[in-house]
Amino acid sequence: MSKQDAAIKKEASMEAQKGLLAGYFARLGRARDEGRPVVYTFVPGNLVELLSAFDVAPVYPEVNALQSAMRQRSGGFIREAERAGHSEDVCSYVKCDLGMLMKGNVGPTGDAIPPPDLLLLSFTGCFTFMQWFELLREQYRCEVAMLHVPYVGDGVVTDAMRSYVVEQLQREVIPKLEQVTGRRLDLDRLRELLACSRRAEDDLAWVFRSARHRPSPIDAYFGGVYYIGPIFTSFRGSEDACRYYATLRGEVEERLAAGQGPITPDGPLGDERFRLVIEGPPNWTSFRDFWKVFHDEGAVAVASTYTQVGGTYERGFRHDPARPLESLADYCLSCYTNLPLPQRSQILADMVREYEADGFVIHSVKSCNSFSAGQLHMLREVERLTGIPGGFIESDLVDARYYGHANIKNRIESYLQMLAARRAGAASAAAAAAAAAEVRP
Amino acid sequence: MTTIDAIVSDLEARFDDVALGHVRAWKQAGSGRLAIGCLPVFAPREVLWAAGALPVFVRGAGDRLETIRGDAFYQSYICHLPRSTLELGLLGHLDALDGMIFPNTCDVIRNLSGVWQTTFPQHVARFIDPPQTAEPASAAAYLRHELTALHHDLCARSGVAPTAERLIAAIADVDAAHAAADELAAARRAEPWNLPVDEVYLLRRAADSMPPAAWAALARAYVAAARRRGRKPEDRIRVCLVGAFCEQPPRALLRAAERAGCYIVDDDLTQGVERCGPPPEVGDDGDPMAALALAWLRATRPSAVRYDQHARAGHELVARVRACGADGVLFAAPSFCDPALLDQPRLTRVLDQHAIPYTAFKYAENTGQFQAIREQAGTFADSVKLWGTA
Ligand code: SF4
Ligand code: SF4
Repeated sequence: MSKQDAAIKKEASMEAQKGLLAGYFARLGRARDEGRPVVYTFVPGNLVELLSAFDVAPVYPEVNALQSAMRQRSGGFIREAERAGHSEDVCSYVKCDLGMLMKGNVGPTGDAIPPPDLLLLSFTGCFTFMQWFELLREQYRCEVAMLHVPYVGDGVVTDAMRSYVVEQLQREVIPKLEQVTGRRLDLDRLRELLACSRRAEDDLAWVFRSARHRPSPIDAYFGGVYYIGPIFTSFRGSEDACRYYATLRGEVEERLAAGQGPITPDGPLGDERFRLVIEGPPNWTSFRDFWKVFHDEGAVAVASTYTQVGGTYERGFRHDPARPLESLADYCLSCYTNLPLPQRSQILADMVREYEADGFVIHSVKSCNSFSAGQLHMLREVERLTGIPGGFIESDLVDARYYGHANIKNRIESYLQMLAARRAGAASAAAAAAAAAEVRP
Repeated sequence: MTTIDAIVSDLEARFDDVALGHVRAWKQAGSGRLAIGCLPVFAPREVLWAAGALPVFVRGAGDRLETIRGDAFYQSYICHLPRSTLELGLLGHLDALDGMIFPNTCDVIRNLSGVWQTTFPQHVARFIDPPQTAEPASAAAYLRHELTALHHDLCARSGVAPTAERLIAAIADVDAAHAAADELAAARRAEPWNLPVDEVYLLRRAADSMPPAAWAALARAYVAAARRRGRKPEDRIRVCLVGAFCEQPPRALLRAAERAGCYIVDDDLTQGVERCGPPPEVGDDGDPMAALALAWLRATRPSAVRYDQHARAGHELVARVRACGADGVLFAAPSFCDPALLDQPRLTRVLDQHAIPYTAFKYAENTGQFQAIREQAGTFADSVKLWGTA
């Protein structure tokens, strides 16, 4: 199959996703005229089914930040925020979003993003979210609903945590949504939406698990960030999302049946030389170059943790329409960065084993303490649990000043050479052992 | 009568006792005594004290220890506190502690709890996520539940009965120490020339690991002795030091700022051992744990690590500046401290509206260079004195 064929093949789900996004921004642009309240909220632990039950238009500042970075616009926004007094040291997502706001809040597609009627602050898995919304509230002076999702510090979601989140939904979040929309929550509608989420979640989990095959038909990190787009944001619970994930699954099934590897921006990956598990968010400012470092070497991400920040579907979580509010609470509590480091290390080690990875790479980003603080310790822990040495690279999410391509390329190439040498060593040791067994009487 | 020199020299020895010999001695003086480490800033001291456990604040090692192994745990863009805290643990300096409490102060401390669990499995590590919510009823119930579970666990280890009476007595003990802390703060505001910042700081750090009543007596003895110095006020401006609530600046930095022409008359250096709002009021139901949970939720002391529900942080800072008669604000934040640094622009905008001068610098707990800070603080003091603005 030529590269061009592959590109055409890729387009069914990619085009569908493009259409979803365009539709989303168009609807957002019409929200004011159509009298739909606008709600700003965050990706990890978002309550999109609840928002859809109220027919509000959600906006995700992080998504705007990453889209700006992919369009090379984040640098200007970050500098704008720093000129206004924000420190170089702090999270660049926040600065990118605030800079965009200072420049007129024109979104990644060139359309103005409408101001919020409600800031729905649920800070699952990251403390900075809270201050981010305090800064946004200063600008917008609109209603704020706060959902405190306790950190699962000891690794167990307790009944007390679940009840606490459910009570806040009942006493704080739902009443605020009722107030800004002027309508009551329709619990049956919420159940329908959650049932729909579940169907899409099944398909997405299947897609990620397909990487257990050799060769893997997907790249679960670089390709994976596209796959999670709809379900981590506005589309979970929608028929559109169900269709998208059914299409995606169909494509992956075909690739799997044909024994094909993932499709990269340069065409299908021919030879799967290395299977890797990747921890940490990607760099968005040089996303394609970053990916190329890996696919040029035949390295495929067979699993990643970043694709679990907005739901641990691959590890079994599903929304449950029979327990709507409890299920939303469990969802928020179980997102990847809301889990303690020992559990995160165990998840990585399990993935290395389950996906038969040759190695694992931690991409540490300067911006994000939620991910990065403790990753060097995780590196050693996962090495201890798997017996496999890990790779460690550093850059940033949306601040291009911290992305050093040559450095990352060198490190990854050296790491992969080390894995190859290890594999060759293991193969020759196995051959020697087999030879020794043969000569034994 | 104890002399000021004797008090200060005892405080210095205690401060330099990074291996917590004094905590060990306290434990050995009674049977079943526990000591529990608390990371900044939320520490349920009353609950610990009622369970027979000495609360011991662990605020990093400052510049008292060279961090070597702790550095291997963190990238260059993470603040210093978790490194030196790990160094203390790896050197065995925290062995006197029977457990550690990690509050959800920020993502760094949050993740440190996980590093701790695997690095020191012999320590009991407990994570507490104090509610950050606008919905008080469910928050109070949740916090009460968490504190009760902690109380029962600790009582099971110390052999102390988890009774309401003991908890009420502990609340009273801690409140008495808060009263002494209030007197100390008032004395410093009134006579900063007699109560220099680095001494007062040593005294407040002593509260990190002393039984409340013993510390209250020490604080009163210090205030009395310091006042007897009878020094004369110098021509310095009065400032509020904001942002250093977790990783602590070196003492020499505080001294440098003060000697450059600033009396630091208010700060948030030792958050957690000082009063953060009205004391818990045990209601007719006689439920002191519920009272403690409510007191936390009603805390009025502004903090970068608490949700600013009513968007009052800037105005609270202005009120604080006025209350201590400060001429300006020194923002001092640890490098890479998201909570402190993200708060600053919001606060400075309100200071600008009220024409309150400020300057800002960053530090690390093991900074050894103070020249730049001395110059910055000196220039700030001069411009405030000359023009009333920075
Ligand atoms: S710290 Fe990390 S999780 Fe939090 S807002 Fe920034 S990038 Fe997102
Ligand atoms: S200094 Fe700041 S970032 Fe570091 S642990 Fe403390 S609060 Fe967190």
